Amino acid sequence: MDTVISVASLLCLLLGSFLCLSGGVGILRFPDFYTRMHAVGVTDTLASAMILMGLMLQGAEANVVIKLIIILLMTLFINPTASYALAKAAMYSGLKPLLNMQKSKRG
Amino acid sequence: MELFVNVILLSFLLAIALAIVRMKDLFAVIMLAGIYGLLSASFFVVVDAVDVAITEAAVGAGVFTLLMLVATVMAGRYEQGARHKPLLALAVVFITGSLLIYGSLDMPAFGYGPAPDHQHVDSHYINESMSEVGVPNIVTAVLASYRGFDTLGELLVIFTAGVAVMALLSTLYDSHSNLGTGPENKWLYEQQMPIRLVVKILIPFIMLFAFYIQFHGDYGPGGGFQAGLILASAIILYAMLFGIRTAKQVISPRFYQCLSAFGILLYGGVGVVALLNGEHFLDYSVLFTDPLAGQHVGIVLVELGIGCTVFSTMILIFLNFYERKNNQLDGCQ
Repeated sequence: MDTVISVASLLCLLLGSFLCLSGGVGILRFPDFYTRMHAVGVTDTLASAMILMGLMLQGAEANVVIKLIIILLMTLFINPTASYALAKAAMYSGLKPLLNMQKSKRG
Repeated sequence: MELFVNVILLSFLLAIALAIVRMKDLFAVIMLAGIYGLLSASFFVVVDAVDVAITEAAVGAGVFTLLMLVATVMAGRYEQGARHKPLLALAVVFITGSLLIYGSLDMPAFGYGPAPDHQHVDSHYINESMSEVGVPNIVTAVLASYRGFDTLGELLVIFTAGVAVMALLSTLYDSHSNLGTGPENKWLYEQQMPIRLVVKILIPFIMLFAFYIQFHGDYGPGGGFQAGLILASAIILYAMLFGIRTAKQVISPRFYQCLSAFGILLYGGVGVVALLNGEHFLDYSVLFTDPLAGQHVGIVLVELGIGCTVFSTMILIFLNFYERKNNQLDGCQ
């Protein structure tokens, strides 16, 4: 049982780290603001959830697990809201998303 | 491993500091400063200074960023070009910096055992604080009891900063400032609905966390400074999303002013009570029949005073900055 739990925790942590990295790559590689924000917003939320789950599986004490669950809930509330606020602010200040149609029309 | 983490964190800090120096867009500078605060907080966690880390996270990444954002709204977003040659300033900075580095050469290395402070004060705090003060968190024991007078000074600095901001910028009692919630609230209601909903859910938890930090400071990391800052950021968040006038109707600025002075008075009053009971200023042992219980009562009261003053001063500074901007806009129209 212990090995199953530690393997599951390891998998969660690895997947979380991979998602963190892919979010970072997304920031650098994606073409415009909204796609970059998508990369960070989506992968960051899932990545932090995965890492927290991995830590929960490792944490033996109950109060540590409860604290991690609270942190997880907070991230699930705050991260999407922050992404929404960013996108809204960008839209409000007049930044247009890069659309495929515009590109082909220009080309 | 720890060295590796330290090197990475410190090189990030250096990179961010250099980026801040080179940038002209103040908005980006403030965001970078927030990241700088968060990274230094992580650095403090790595070197096991958890109390400092909470303070740094609350100040550097939280309240400082908010206050600076309001200040840039007032002062303009872009840094203006230099009006004169910076050579003189550069020379002064260079000389001061090299003198400081030269002075630090005499200091013992970080964590060097035979250094004087590790010989006398440290061992006394670590070995005796449980029997003298009786508070599990040694940092709180040092901050509120052994070095209570220094902390009173720090609190006075914060209070003075608040008074100075009010003296320079105060427009809190303008005639039109109490006209109800106004169009601002309606605009926020229409435009920022989802954020308002989430913030409404989160604010009670932020406040609960602040009170936890305030009253749990004797047993774990935390205390009045951190709790005051977190509580203030909850109120500032509310003011930003529900309109400044709504926030002022919930708690009036007069209350913050009174609370700010009350905190200092509570702190000093505890000291005076100790003095009247025939002990030294801020020696809490005489507050109760049992010296340890007296110490505990004294520390709780003093932390409460710190929390009140820090909380209300931060909000007063924010309100004054914001109102100043509004008045400037009115003046332009």
